[in-house]
Amino acid sequence: MNEAIRELLAKVGGLPVSIDQITDEEDLYNAGLSSFASVQLMLGIEDKFDIEFSDQYLNRKSFSSIKAIERTVEAILKNNEDA
Amino acid sequence: MNAGAGTSLLQRATRVAAIAAQFADTVDNEGRFPRESIAAMKAEHLLGIQIPADLGGESAQVEQIAEICSILGQSCAASAMIFAMHHIKLSSLVEHGQSAEWHRAFMRRVAAEQLLLASATTEGGIGGDLRNSICAIEIEGAICRLEKNATVISYGTEADAILITSRSGTEAVSSDQVMTVFVKDQYTLEKTNDWDTLGMRGTCSEGFVFRGSAGKEQILPHPFAEIAAQSMLAMAHLLWSSLWYGIAVDAVGRAQSFVRAAARRSPGVQQPGALRVAEASNMLQMLKSEIIACLNAYRLAKDDADKLASMGFAITMNNLKVAASQTILQIINHAMLVCGIMGYKNGTPYSLGRHLRDANSAQLMVSNERILGNTATMLLIHKQNTSLLG
Repeated sequence: MNEAIRELLAKVGGLPVSIDQITDEEDLYNAGLSSFASVQLMLGIEDKFDIEFSDQYLNRKSFSSIKAIERTVEAILKNNEDA
Repeated sequence: MNAGAGTSLLQRATRVAAIAAQFADTVDNEGRFPRESIAAMKAEHLLGIQIPADLGGESAQVEQIAEICSILGQSCAASAMIFAMHHIKLSSLVEHGQSAEWHRAFMRRVAAEQLLLASATTEGGIGGDLRNSICAIEIEGAICRLEKNATVISYGTEADAILITSRSGTEAVSSDQVMTVFVKDQYTLEKTNDWDTLGMRGTCSEGFVFRGSAGKEQILPHPFAEIAAQSMLAMAHLLWSSLWYGIAVDAVGRAQSFVRAAARRSPGVQQPGALRVAEASNMLQMLKSEIIACLNAYRLAKDDADKLASMGFAITMNNLKVAASQTILQIINHAMLVCGIMGYKNGTPYSLGRHLRDANSAQLMVSNERILGNTATMLLIHKQNTSLLG
């Protein structure tokens, strides 16, 4: 999952630095992720993992770092399994 | 505290509004700072009401401040806007500055001395995109320094302190911002732009090069991204909409008086403007309902950081701003149709020129084009809430 997220970030994130230089915990917004790019990233993740982000996950915190995105996607996948 | 008869917030605001109304046309004609109404706000201690009671304020809630914005907006939109902008800045301190001793002490000063706060978020080369900065705060030992080409600082020369955004350091990217409080004796303003505008002439929103130096503890302890998302944008859209509503209320009041006066002159005859007043009243009611719904949404979200930072909430607040700024123009235009030449002329009891000119600022101050663009981006991913009550 980490690799897939990094691949999407590299493609649509528009970050000023190479994705290899971004750690899992680093704040993506401080690294230069714009709100427009973050929406592109969310769309890409929905498509890639076949999930839908409900409003509770559509906030800055859920997408603030690669680690946070992983946690968000895992939580949704788990919810979907439980449902 | 003012020694006047009533001490409730509404009574105090009404007294300020009476003074604001008296000088509204002069302020507008001369494009000058509404010093009489701001002095009255200070005399009535309205500048500190939002500050928690334990810091010398009155712990006023956003609904109460919104009501005052509406009352003032009915008298002098520029005075109301200055009051709103001051309280929008103050909300950043109240919501995000209470953990820092310097900011707590400063809030005590604001309440005790009735200090007027101004904002410097726009910048040459960035424009109205307040979530990006070119300038950076430089920290050296215990001191922070900032120079900013601030294209707009409303009532900059009249303010007692300025809350100003910048990058968090010389190495930070443009969206990594902080907000810092500089007190009047800690900065200089070199004027770069005049403010000779269609409306809102009394806000004196001139441009300046800001140069300041202060203790680094005056930097707010939370990232500006958090401040903007969790309190500033919502407060701005709620308080602006409330004072815009006030402008529309007064316009409809004038149209209604016009029709009533005509009805008294010719009893039993349906006045041609009467249906337009009914339509304007309808639009005014929709706007009022929208503002109340959004005030409720803010109150419900206020203590839940995730909810405040959610897209759903941001879309709700964006929609309020766009709707309010567009609707007031329609309402005032209706009032103008009712009052005819008496509304079009200055200096009559039905004059609406100032209302219309002031109201035109609403769709531009944070451009609706930018806000709609931002909403459009969020709607790519945000799912519609299809329930009526939820």
